[in-house]
Amino acid sequence: MTASLRRARSRCATAAHRLAIAICVALLAACHSHAPRAWRLTDVRGHLPDLRFRLVGGAGHPVTAQALRGENVLLYFGYTHCPDACPLTMTHLHRVIVDLGPLAKDVRILFVSVDPARDTPQVVQEYAAAFDPRAVGLTGDMSEIETLAKRYRVAFKRGPDLPGGGYEVTHSSAIYVFDTRGRARLIASPADTDGDIAHDLRILIGTEGSR
Amino acid sequence: MMRAIGRRTVAALLGAALLGAAAGPVAAATIGVSHAWIRVLPGDLPAAGYARLENRGDESIALVGAHSGSYRRIMLHESLTSGGMAEMKRVSHLTIPAHGRAALSPGGYHLMLMGAVRPVKPGDKVSITLVFAGGATETVTFLAMPANTSRGP
Ligand SMILES: [Cu+2]
Repeated sequence: MTASLRRARSRCATAAHRLAIAICVALLAACHSHAPRAWRLTDVRGHLPDLRFRLVGGAGHPVTAQALRGENVLLYFGYTHCPDACPLTMTHLHRVIVDLGPLAKDVRILFVSVDPARDTPQVVQEYAAAFDPRAVGLTGDMSEIETLAKRYRVAFKRGPDLPGGGYEVTHSSAIYVFDTRGRARLIASPADTDGDIAHDLRILIGTEGSR
Repeated sequence: MMRAIGRRTVAALLGAALLGAAAGPVAAATIGVSHAWIRVLPGDLPAAGYARLENRGDESIALVGAHSGSYRRIMLHESLTSGGMAEMKRVSHLTIPAHGRAALSPGGYHLMLMGAVRPVKPGDKVSITLVFAGGATETVTFLAMPANTSRGP
């Protein structure tokens, strides 16, 4: 039995109906890993490069994407002087983690700063952890952050200096979902519901073993 | 501190003049503020203030600013998401229509609270004075809540 046949069989076995099994067997060729799924988020598989970065974590130590293999990563870009929009998305992701319960044990939220000038490793880690214990805050050299952002076509722009001091940063609001091998799989927007994000993560987590 | 408040009051009056809304000072009784809370963030990071606003009067009212003994600087902000980009900008006012409602709420209008005079922790109650066009003010108790609060009080 080929590996792909075994995979197909195990997936088909979950179908309740004999008819479904019959159809599945008949369509064995179509039943491989690219079988269409009922994703609710945007499926970007094969359209974006694998997760790769070298940034700095809370303790001031380097953190690489390689160290996160084995975890489903939710990647979001923001800045800690953002008290409204970024917290809304981070709280959203926190609710998804709570919703997933024990399934979230290998899910990691990455909050990558687009404002490394103000976001020290400690500040960005404290900020991320204030939303969820599974959240990691990362910062680093502007060039490393720009490279990561460009990799996923994420835009950000520092605004003008404000009269009373400080500045705002406009940034992409998307959430990038990676599988345990670091492959870009889905994009969520802040408008997607907790339920839709959790739904797709359940599928992704459920399929990891068979990939 | 006094100078800062003075400047803010001038700005509020100027705002009122520019807006031309609410000819005289609005009676505080016409403005109802409820569900006021603060999303607290770690360290010295700015926090956000939210509340529901109700205007029981016959004229529209504009919220033009706020001040508090607990924060050195408060600005009225709006978060906008368009074309996949999130942006936060300062706004001059938030209009509450006659016999209508408006809200300072996550992902929209909010008070940007900067420079906490002493650390604000979840569970704390913080007094903030809202300033309306025409010079009316309303002092409200905001409940400080954790960063990952989904729904306010
Ligand atoms: Cu703001």
